[in-house]
Amino acid sequence: MIGALGFTAPWLLLGLLALPILWIILRAVPPAPVRRMFPGVVLLLGLKDEEQISDRTPWWLLLLRMLAVAAVIIAMAGPILNPEARDQTSSDAPLLVVMDASWASAPDWRAKMSSLEDRLSQAGRDDRPVALLRLTHPEAPVFQAAGTLISRLTGILPEPWVPTDAMISEATNVLPDGDFDTLWFSDGIARENRAPLLTALEAKGSVTVFESPRSLYGLEPATFEDGAVQLTARRLRPGAEQTITVQAIGPDPSGNETTLATQDLTFAADVLDARGSVEIPAELRARIQRFTIAGSRGAGAVSLPDDTLRRREVALIASSQNREGLELLSPTHYLERALEPTADLIEGGLTDVLPANPDVVVFADVATVSEGEEALLLEWLEKGGMLLRFAGPRLAASDVSRSEEDALMPVRLRAGGRTVGGAMSWGEPKTLAPFDAESPFFGLDIPEDVSVTSQVMAQPDPTLASRVIAQLTDGTPLVTRKRVGQGQIVLIHVTANAEWSNLPLSGLFVEMLERLAVSSITATPEAADLAGTTWQPAKVLDGFGTLRDAQNLPGIAGEELVTAALGPDLRPGLYQGEDRSLARNVVTSATELTPTQWPDRIPVEGLSTSRETPLAGWLLALSMVLLFADVLASLALSGKLRGARVASLIIAATLSFGLPGVSHAQTDDRAAIDATSELRLAHVLTGDDNLDGLAAAGLKGLSDVLYFRTSIEPSDPIGVNLETDELAFFPLLYWPITPDQPTPSVEAYAKLNTYLRTGGMILFDTRDADIASFGTSSPNGRKLQALAAPLDIPPLEPLPQDHVLTRTFYLLQDFPGRYTGRDIWVEAAPADAELIEGMPFRNLNDNVTPVIIGGNDWIGAWATNASGMPLNRLGTGFSGERQREIAYRFGVNLVMHVLTGNYKSDQVHVPALLDRLGQ
Amino acid sequence: MTQPLTLRRDAEIAASTLPALLAKADHLASGVLLGEHGRRRAGQGDDLWQYRPMMQGDSLRSIDWRRSAKGDAQFVRDREWQIAQSVIFWLDQGASMQFAGTKDTESKASRARVLMLAMAILLIRGGERVGLTGFTLPPRRGEQQILRLAEAFSTDDAQDYAPPEARGMIPHAKAVFASDFLGDIDAVEAALAKAADRGVRGVLLQVLDPMEEAFPFEGRTIFESVGRTISFETLKAKDLRDRYLERLNERRDRLQQLCRATGWQFNCHHTNESAQSALLWMWRAFDGGAAR
Repeated sequence: MIGALGFTAPWLLLGLLALPILWIILRAVPPAPVRRMFPGVVLLLGLKDEEQISDRTPWWLLLLRMLAVAAVIIAMAGPILNPEARDQTSSDAPLLVVMDASWASAPDWRAKMSSLEDRLSQAGRDDRPVALLRLTHPEAPVFQAAGTLISRLTGILPEPWVPTDAMISEATNVLPDGDFDTLWFSDGIARENRAPLLTALEAKGSVTVFESPRSLYGLEPATFEDGAVQLTARRLRPGAEQTITVQAIGPDPSGNETTLATQDLTFAADVLDARGSVEIPAELRARIQRFTIAGSRGAGAVSLPDDTLRRREVALIASSQNREGLELLSPTHYLERALEPTADLIEGGLTDVLPANPDVVVFADVATVSEGEEALLLEWLEKGGMLLRFAGPRLAASDVSRSEEDALMPVRLRAGGRTVGGAMSWGEPKTLAPFDAESPFFGLDIPEDVSVTSQVMAQPDPTLASRVIAQLTDGTPLVTRKRVGQGQIVLIHVTANAEWSNLPLSGLFVEMLERLAVSSITATPEAADLAGTTWQPAKVLDGFGTLRDAQNLPGIAGEELVTAALGPDLRPGLYQGEDRSLARNVVTSATELTPTQWPDRIPVEGLSTSRETPLAGWLLALSMVLLFADVLASLALSGKLRGARVASLIIAATLSFGLPGVSHAQTDDRAAIDATSELRLAHVLTGDDNLDGLAAAGLKGLSDVLYFRTSIEPSDPIGVNLETDELAFFPLLYWPITPDQPTPSVEAYAKLNTYLRTGGMILFDTRDADIASFGTSSPNGRKLQALAAPLDIPPLEPLPQDHVLTRTFYLLQDFPGRYTGRDIWVEAAPADAELIEGMPFRNLNDNVTPVIIGGNDWIGAWATNASGMPLNRLGTGFSGERQREIAYRFGVNLVMHVLTGNYKSDQVHVPALLDRLGQ
Repeated sequence: MTQPLTLRRDAEIAASTLPALLAKADHLASGVLLGEHGRRRAGQGDDLWQYRPMMQGDSLRSIDWRRSAKGDAQFVRDREWQIAQSVIFWLDQGASMQFAGTKDTESKASRARVLMLAMAILLIRGGERVGLTGFTLPPRRGEQQILRLAEAFSTDDAQDYAPPEARGMIPHAKAVFASDFLGDIDAVEAALAKAADRGVRGVLLQVLDPMEEAFPFEGRTIFESVGRTISFETLKAKDLRDRYLERLNERRDRLQQLCRATGWQFNCHHTNESAQSALLWMWRAFDGGAAR
């Protein structure tokens, strides 16, 4: 073996020693004579060669032949690149395949699987039993035939979690008895629990590790700070600077999944994490279902947003805002301060804010609302709104919900409320009683200094007990709640400012608002906060990062949800609580992402090992090439090959392959010069040879007439292929319509539209005025409609009698071709065009009409053969010739109109201009 | 049954070269007509007509009454040059003429053929009688003769180097000989001597391929004549070049010398040069030596 090169039959290389001998033999052989035909041979007769030295084979030809022979000899010796040590696979112990099968394996899962399949096939050929152990899903491995396992491989998928200590210990326990070799498909992430398993496996036999050398990306859950979504991505291995794209994916307004926002994150060189922020409008933000790293597979590249991204919209409605300047006394001041960091506040009248569909409407001491507003509110509540009411002097003084429960109040109120612990009352200020287990506030700590001095009192009703969710130590309700449809009404029996209670000053107030989902949670809650709650999985991730419906997975206790490690019982995904949702993501800021460090004794193979490559075939091919070159060279030497010609051929071929654009550009230029050096009328090639010929003949006839009668002297007409030819060179395109002509491509339509917008004119001719008036009644008309639909055509009208086309050169009132249909459509006159007193014509469009549509088959009337005789018969006798003459006149007028625009229209101003010039 | 078919096919093959040759020659000739040489045959009302007073012996028929009516004397209209010259051609149709050095240059035979036919067209339009040496095609006038000449020129000879045909020469006619003159020089000498004896003057056009002038050969080579009758082998063709060219020039000098001695004119034409120039030279050489 020489470096990475090995030989199967190295002794054959001795044959190389024979090469010098071959050199000497070959060198002595002169080249064969060339036979040439040469009439001058008679003059040569009798001449003698001056020296009798045989011409020798040139050294480079010899070298070529030597190389060819050497290549054959080396090829026969069986060279192999990266030869594998054959003894490695000679073991016949059973083979245990251990797979991490975690989310981190997902990106190159297919490569892993094909690698595994190769290995299993190899084991099958060696008659080794194999077994598979997935660490993320440990089951007792059973040794079986390799083929059986291979057939099961497609069902083996990565799991969206990593092997936990429990799983590893279970895997260690279920290791089969007896000796076996191990192949460990690692996911490349260092974990402390690898070591014990490795020790256990090494005790059974040799261990080989397969590990992908490529880096791995993880996306941390997005957070919302400073008005922007903060994204953090991490990678497993430090490396060069690298940019990844994070996509925010969610439904568009019609419900289809789409990318709502993208953000590039750049890993600086040798840095493991990349951060970026993207500002997404609240409406879009609320729709985001997941963030993914574009092009990266696996659950680690997906992060699910939960309520932390959502900001609730809260509408604050206060009774009156007339106490200007007394901010601390404002009924909504503390609410604003409490909600501002976590919610979007909406201010305004009730009827103004309800259409914005806020999550919560807060009434700070608002007693009554109008009937219309009440109806709107109730409708909104039915659909899941939350009305949070605070009591206050106005509510206490009003008659709302006094004798009958108001629709917008959870309870009936007693008149007047009560005041305790004040200067004019008995008793101490009341404190809060601990929250019941059913209360949404259950688990919150109650600060001791929170006290209530005034409150509105609920009437004792049969339903009262079920509606109280917080009460004072004396049992009077502090917070009551009523469900309305999907929504709820919550009444806090004190004011929202500090007048009746210091509750709004306490931290408890904020926590209560949070529990009521008035404010949004900004960070993942602690386990203690979630104690006693149950969360239902809504969507879960699989190992590849695909979001799936949770179906009937069981619910999870709140404290488990945030603390427990991910596993089969707690899959990463989106969990739904009472009013909130929480996401468990695979990669969080706490996830350790470091590359594995295997002990030196363990062989680690990448997935893309350098395979052993036999080189014999290549060398044989090389020798064939060399021998072919030798043939060519020998031929050239003996003059049987016209060297110059072949070289020019080769050069031409190289040029034509290497510089494909040059010849095209040249032909393009030639065509452009051809089309523009003189004025040329053009017609659209329809693919119907007869029609294209007729169009060319027709335009030729018209060109001749123009040449004889006017100062327009066009050259021969030209057929235009809409797909390939430039249109801008032609002032007029004649487009005859056939029912079966191909529809132009999108690019051709773009070109046509540009052409029309920049002053070109297309004359559409359906050529069927004899059988159909203009419209869809003929196949040609229908085809015209289909063809012209994508074109940028202005409104049309039948050619008015004062259109400039009637007088650009000849005075015309009819526009016959072969047929004398009346309908010719041109761009409609502007609506404000009107006849000025004393002017014969209206002042119509300032431009050339971009299209003229008719069906009179003008080309049929214009067409002449090469000697100038008309091709088609028109009418009978002189009237037919008259019709042809008028047709030519129409053509003349048409081309004049195209070239001079509305010049003739402006001629009506000449007397006025002359008058103004004083002549 | 197949005989008429083969005959027809062969005839078509044979005829297919004629129009092209004629067109080519015609084209070449038209270039000369448009040039400095006027037509020898005058049109109606031109100066070529000459009136002379009627003399004794003139028949009454020959009196030009219109001219005579202007005065008292009778005038006879007389064509000044009534006897046309006979021009005879010899074109070497031997195999050596079919040589073309490269694919792009035309063979010597085709070049010589076109030149001769163009010359013939010019002469016939100038009112001369044109034919071939030997007895196959005696000189005649008229467009029909052009076709006959074209047909005669279109055949190829299998013989390697054809000797000049000097029989059937009309005394005091003019002659055009075109060949590569690589064959036996004595035959040429004999032919010229015979022509000189009969008072025939003319031009000798040597048509050579540029390859024959350059001799760009190297290495071990076997040279063969086109008919494969003669071959010559050399080991170093390069060394032969100078000596070959020397012999070629010798040959040319000899021809020139012969021409001077017999009152002929000699020119050497290469197939890579323009045919027009050779035709112009021939035409001029003819004009200079013409009887009028």
